[in-house]
Amino acid sequence: MHHVVLERWSRGNTFIHQRDPRAKIAALIVFLVVVATAHGELTLLAAALFVFLSIIAVWARLPLFGVMARAGVVLPFTLVFAAIAWRPALIPKTYLSAMAVLIVVATTPLPLLMRGMESLGAPRFLLMVAQFLYRYLFVIVEEGQHMVSAARSRGGSFRAAAGALAVLFARSYGRAEEIHRAMLARGFPGYFRTLGALRFRAADGCFAVIASAVPVLLRMTIG
Amino acid sequence: MHIPDGFLATPVWATLDAAAIPAAGVIVRRAQREFDESRVPLLGVMGAFVFAAQMINFPVGIGTTGHLVGGALLAFTLGPGAASVVMAAILAIQALVFQDGGVLALGPNIINMAVVGVLAGYLPFHLWGAGRWRKWAIFAGATLSVLVSAVLALAELLISGVHISASMLGVSLALFLVSALLEGAITLTVIQALEAIQPNFVRRPAEGRSFALGAVGLTAVLLATVGVLFASTAPDGIERIIQSSPENGYKTGAGLAGVALVWAACFIFGRVITRRRSA
Amino acid sequence: MTPLIEVRDLRFRYDDGTLALDGIDFRLDTGESVAVLGANGSGKTTFVLHLNGLLTGAGSIQVCGLAMEKRNMATIRQKIGLVFQDSEAQLFMPTVLEDVAFGLLNRGMRADEASDRARAALATVGMVSAESRAPYHLSAGEKKRVAIAGILAMEPEILVLDEPTTFLDPPGQCALAELLMSLPQAKILVTHDVPFAEAMCGRAVFFEKGKIAADGDVGEIVERFEWRFTLPVSAGGAGRPRGASPPGK
Repeated sequence: MHHVVLERWSRGNTFIHQRDPRAKIAALIVFLVVVATAHGELTLLAAALFVFLSIIAVWARLPLFGVMARAGVVLPFTLVFAAIAWRPALIPKTYLSAMAVLIVVATTPLPLLMRGMESLGAPRFLLMVAQFLYRYLFVIVEEGQHMVSAARSRGGSFRAAAGALAVLFARSYGRAEEIHRAMLARGFPGYFRTLGALRFRAADGCFAVIASAVPVLLRMTIG
Repeated sequence: MHIPDGFLATPVWATLDAAAIPAAGVIVRRAQREFDESRVPLLGVMGAFVFAAQMINFPVGIGTTGHLVGGALLAFTLGPGAASVVMAAILAIQALVFQDGGVLALGPNIINMAVVGVLAGYLPFHLWGAGRWRKWAIFAGATLSVLVSAVLALAELLISGVHISASMLGVSLALFLVSALLEGAITLTVIQALEAIQPNFVRRPAEGRSFALGAVGLTAVLLATVGVLFASTAPDGIERIIQSSPENGYKTGAGLAGVALVWAACFIFGRVITRRRSA
Repeated sequence: MTPLIEVRDLRFRYDDGTLALDGIDFRLDTGESVAVLGANGSGKTTFVLHLNGLLTGAGSIQVCGLAMEKRNMATIRQKIGLVFQDSEAQLFMPTVLEDVAFGLLNRGMRADEASDRARAALATVGMVSAESRAPYHLSAGEKKRVAIAGILAMEPEILVLDEPTTFLDPPGQCALAELLMSLPQAKILVTHDVPFAEAMCGRAVFFEKGKIAADGDVGEIVERFEWRFTLPVSAGGAGRPRGASPPGK
């Protein structure tokens, strides 16, 4: 499954992996804005940006074709839309944006990425909910799929699917209560404390500046 | 409808990202006041549940299947504030881990689905969920939550200058209506199954809530949404303004003003509803 | 000598009125290992949830001399380490290290000290290499060990384990037994696994419909209540254990 691969990639040890998540987030935002605001003749700029992303991916020892394929998940929807709206420029924009996001997530474990976002001002409560969501996502998805195949083997129907969903809801709710009890049993005081502050080093600053400057310069000279 | 990066024009996503930040702040602060961090695991786990639920196939005959989106279901069980937080978390995970929806587009997506969608879904329930019309309120709420989110997304795309022919527009709206009605049917059936297991799972809208205020709120959200859609497609008045102006600014401006109106309506009515509940 | 746990006349009724515990008296001394046996629904898990205040009933409970009151709760929850049956619900943090450090951070420990102590606890259970892994990817046996590490990090005096062998394969069960036998804390083991109970504990209490029907040597209790798997009489076996429900009930 995709998430297993993604987690494996994110546990690497390259220069890119070791950078402070805030540096990567900042560079990502700059890249996304450069792509989003680009208009006019895109082909050369798109190719240059693609090369830039590929270099980072290779530097991070990510399998380039794997990354390209995974970013391609946005293509079906984009192609249809580009056809309907007669806007072929949509395709490279969306693809490059997806590839950039993927590279950041593939080089930063999600909990660390969220700590970076919190440090940059994202609401903590929301991030903690997302963290718990991700932690139990695959547990509950698996549970749901077991229930559905059980329901299907007894002749699936609309009502049966709704019934299965209701049971999954109840089980998830019960699971949440168990988690709460486990938290109380280990002295949960009502708020979460984190293990460590992030430390922004010179290397992180350099990376952030250079990784942001390249797309901007490319846009100014080519795009 | 998750909007990917690259689809929206800069003024559109920039404004909506800017609007989403205070909106997220308000919702989160409200959720935190009610819940403190003890409720984080419940919200997180129910978010995972919705994710899993979105993958379940509901057979609707003629060989097709429908899927639940879940915003209204969350609102009817956890309340609109919590539902907004959970939907926002889901959208963030979908964008980051699954590249389903863009990162810069998170602002618009959160406003469409987690803020306006949830509110449009909850308001009918808030108004009629306690009486004879409970089933219809649930059905209508779920239908509206998907319909309003989809229409807003469509409007944002149109404002961004993505040209869609009138016939394609009609087809899109028809498809949105079908998936919205499906959401209504699925949500209602699941709620009924839930009440059979444990009636406490589903909320009862408080007595003494202001009907007038809720009705005005619902009307405002609906009118603003429809208004935005028309503003983004209406040819005459806006075109004339555009022809006389050097750039597309006015069309964008008019459309964005409409979206800002929708957001403001949600903001105000959201605060009023929670104040009423905690009173 | 002060007993580690002293329970007197504990009664508890669920919200729907069912009487779950009907006058429980129980005592645990230092170094003891007690197995808690009984049919499903006889009150075993409900009982252990009272020991660290997750449920509150009538009667008196004292842990290490402290009464079960709000002001003592934090200390009591440090002294009693509860390992839940479902490790998935117990390991709720995104990484192993963060989960094991959870209890320490809650006590106000500094982050770096908490990390060090967490690593030491992981070393005790043999899971140091897993510190940055996500709990979801661990095997059932590994999850159980990490859960125990999370409890050990808090330096409890009593370990309570609720059906610890449930999801474990035989090698996992052996590894768990070995680990538990190396730990000095007093132990309460709620379990259906009779061989495990007999290997780990000298004493057992037998729950029956919310009461403790017997408290004594584990072997004697197993014999008295015929608390073993045997084939039905018609198939040439000795028959069903006393106190067990017939099939279909």
